[in-house]
Amino acid sequence: MINLPHFLILGTLLFCIGLYGALAKRNAVAVLMGIELMLNAVNINLVAFSRYLKPTEFVGHVFAIFVIVVAAAEVAVALAIIINIYRDRLSTNIEDFDWLKW
Amino acid sequence: MIFWLLTALIIGSALAVVLLKNIVHSALYLMVTFVGVAGIYILLEADFLAAVQILVYVGAVSILLVFGVMLTRRGDIRESNPFNRYKGIAALVALVLFLLVERFILGTSWTLSNAVPPADTVGPIAEAMLSDFVVPFEAAAILLLVAMVGAIILARGVTSRHD
Repeated sequence: MINLPHFLILGTLLFCIGLYGALAKRNAVAVLMGIELMLNAVNINLVAFSRYLKPTEFVGHVFAIFVIVVAAAEVAVALAIIINIYRDRLSTNIEDFDWLKW
Repeated sequence: MIFWLLTALIIGSALAVVLLKNIVHSALYLMVTFVGVAGIYILLEADFLAAVQILVYVGAVSILLVFGVMLTRRGDIRESNPFNRYKGIAALVALVLFLLVERFILGTSWTLSNAVPPADTVGPIAEAMLSDFVVPFEAAAILLLVAMVGAIILARGVTSRHD
């Protein structure tokens, strides 16, 4: 019988894989991919809570839709920033992005 | 059964996203992961969210990421997705976080509801969005507009008018 903890652990595992990708990758686009995996994991959690704890209210679904909206906006702006930095520095290596260091 | 198949698909392709050396392959496995998550939504009886997931993530976000790879490519594509020097400590952080959250999940006794969700989820979502959540809904609309304008201006490049 598949129950709420199964979905929560799936979400946790996906979140941790995404966190590893976001922390350990050198290419800025790969870091974005890790962040997308983390947001998907959060959405799985929200929908699973909504399904198993309050199935007749749809608060978790609405939250998941807002997360998807923010994720789409975030990925568009982040890619624009990465492309702009690439024009300036000819690199997408996040270790080269060091303007704020002194 | 379907749950375990979907879990294997999601976790396997998510690991491929993180571990593969070629970033185009990572982007393709990311699409597989998104399709698997849409399957999980169908399993959780969230059919509208599954459709949104396919439309927005598989259709738009993955394509944007592939465009990002294409516009910023440099050097050998086969070595385009390397790890940085924090590989070990990042693995440790992710593992510790997983074990911690897993302990909390398994240690909590959930009070599950036995109510049956309605077959059609679009109507209740629309009602919730346009009654209780109407202010966040409008804020999300403004956020999308601002993000679109900002992305266009940033990607075009800002030129000064002083010269």
